[in-house]
Amino acid sequence: MYKLFLRSLISVLFLLGFSLNANAEFKVGFVYVGPTGDHGWTYQHDEGRKAVEAAGIKTTYVESVPEGADAERVIRQLAQSGHDLIFTTSFGYMDPTNKVAKDFPNVKFEHATGYKREHSNVATYSARFYEGRTLLGHMAGKMTKTNTIGYIASFPIPEVIRGINAMTLAAQKVNPNIKTKIVWVFTWYDPGKESEAAQALIDQGADIIMQHTDSTAPVQVAEKAGVWSFGQASDMQRFAPKSILTSIIDDWAPYYVERSIAARDGTWKQQDTWHGLKEGMVAMAPYNSVMGDDLVKEVEQLQKDLASGKAHSFTGPIYDQKGNILVAEGAVADDGMLAGMNVYVKGVEGDIPQ
Amino acid sequence: MSFDLNFIGILIGAIMASSVPLILAASGELITERSGVLNLGVEGMMIIGAISGFALMVVTDNLFFAVIGSMFSGLIISLIFGLLTQSLLTNHVATGLALTIFGIGMSAMIGKNFVGIPGKEFPLLFPNLKESIPFLGPIFFGHSIILYFAFGLPFLTNYFLKKTKTGLIVRAVGDSPTSASNQGINVTLVRYSCILYGGAMCGLAGAYLSLIYTPQWIENMTGGRGWIALALVVFATWSPIKVLIGALIFGGITILQLHMQAVGLRIPVQLLSALPYIMTIIVLVIISRDSRKIKLNTPTSLGQIFYKEK
Repeated sequence: MYKLFLRSLISVLFLLGFSLNANAEFKVGFVYVGPTGDHGWTYQHDEGRKAVEAAGIKTTYVESVPEGADAERVIRQLAQSGHDLIFTTSFGYMDPTNKVAKDFPNVKFEHATGYKREHSNVATYSARFYEGRTLLGHMAGKMTKTNTIGYIASFPIPEVIRGINAMTLAAQKVNPNIKTKIVWVFTWYDPGKESEAAQALIDQGADIIMQHTDSTAPVQVAEKAGVWSFGQASDMQRFAPKSILTSIIDDWAPYYVERSIAARDGTWKQQDTWHGLKEGMVAMAPYNSVMGDDLVKEVEQLQKDLASGKAHSFTGPIYDQKGNILVAEGAVADDGMLAGMNVYVKGVEGDIPQ
Repeated sequence: MSFDLNFIGILIGAIMASSVPLILAASGELITERSGVLNLGVEGMMIIGAISGFALMVVTDNLFFAVIGSMFSGLIISLIFGLLTQSLLTNHVATGLALTIFGIGMSAMIGKNFVGIPGKEFPLLFPNLKESIPFLGPIFFGHSIILYFAFGLPFLTNYFLKKTKTGLIVRAVGDSPTSASNQGINVTLVRYSCILYGGAMCGLAGAYLSLIYTPQWIENMTGGRGWIALALVVFATWSPIKVLIGALIFGGITILQLHMQAVGLRIPVQLLSALPYIMTIIVLVIISRDSRKIKLNTPTSLGQIFYKEK
């Protein structure tokens, strides 16, 4: 009995100390869908977290949290244990984030790639990866000899289709004979399948390989086969030093630092952020010098123009596969259209899987 | 699709390479199952093999050690399964599932420090012949030694089960452990050996993925191939040669459907993606419809716990 009492006393004191401590210090929590060592999506989010930590703010993270019921439990746990700002970094965390936000009005929530902001303490953010795809398209159009670009696609969602379209439009601009061949693998993450897809595209005449999947397998296949490739999410250069022309890098660090400081100082506001090359949320790895100085300069200029707003990835006239006009001459696609994009532009082969 | 002969040769070579992990894992599991043990931990043993092979390659910089080590770690992990099911008489299905979950988690933990390290070039045999002989070159040459081993394995397994005394003992244990035991056969020992052999082959299958097929370590990189190997054994009605055929069909259609997509055939992509599974099942069901033979090959005591009364 005495022991039981002592134990309870200790736990009460412990909890008290924990909550006091929690109240005292500003803390930021992160929820990841994959392991921090995936060398892709989650890896880049964790780099962002490290930057927040380096700015003098305490952070914690939970990795490999499945989307669904588990996610809500984890987010709730973070909110309960005294985190003041919580980043939930996958599309599937959208509803759990909003649900937990309702019960914790004093905690701020930031959800990546979603669109639901049901409560005033939920903000959303994403990156304009398609601007990077435009640059890849330009390089691909110039570098291809077979006029065939191989594209490994994951799932038919607007994010992926936007990338295919942006790349194709840019490639057509510099090379009207370009063909984009697409293989859907229906996974974000299966090195075996991704490399088989890359090999199939190469065997079908593609001499440029790009991917909207997360492993480094496709660039390694490209390296072996002696064709060009582009890295995805993080700099994959060391996996295919000869083949990679550049990589699109997701850089969340500045955003995470800015929002964490705002939340700490009480200036945090709900907002929907969609940043691109301009803000640096989308960055490009160093360009491979094999492209030649002229092309590198061209691409660097295009990158500057996209960043300054002088150029836009979706500038009209843009037609769909049947020849219907999507964006009128001289106009640019608005964000609403981009966010819901579900048709291919002219020049892409095949149908979108429904 | 271009149809020149050399291209078809390259395609066949690619199909062979992609079916190797299935052949290895399924051949190992086949022996385990013929002894009456149902080990659903194939996926877990494969992934453990994949990470240990890769980790040893990085640490020792020696591919030979890496391959041997992956087999050894598959063997160790299957020993856990053996201890639980044979000595502690736990349920095969539950233990096997637990082994898979354990393997995936364990490999992720060990793998933490090995993510993002590029793999090493695995030596391929006769790369010159591959280039110089059209059509036949890419089919027969320029593969790793493990591929040749994998393609010989089903025939060796078949010979072992049908023509050797030890093979007969394995089958006897799988069909009727009680009678075998009464004949003086140590059922537990036989089953242990078969479990360990299966584990080693699954480990090798995993190492093939992380060392040769996609030379790198990524969490969960086996991507369900263990489950496909398990299904192959059943649909091939426990015949090693049919396992080989099934694995080739599966690998073949997987790669062909990617080519069909790349060519832009207007077939729904979802159907194409499902095609490998559908075709493999259809073909194996057709070639194994002889019910007398199925009866002959099916280990009657599969998944049942054997307990020798003293």
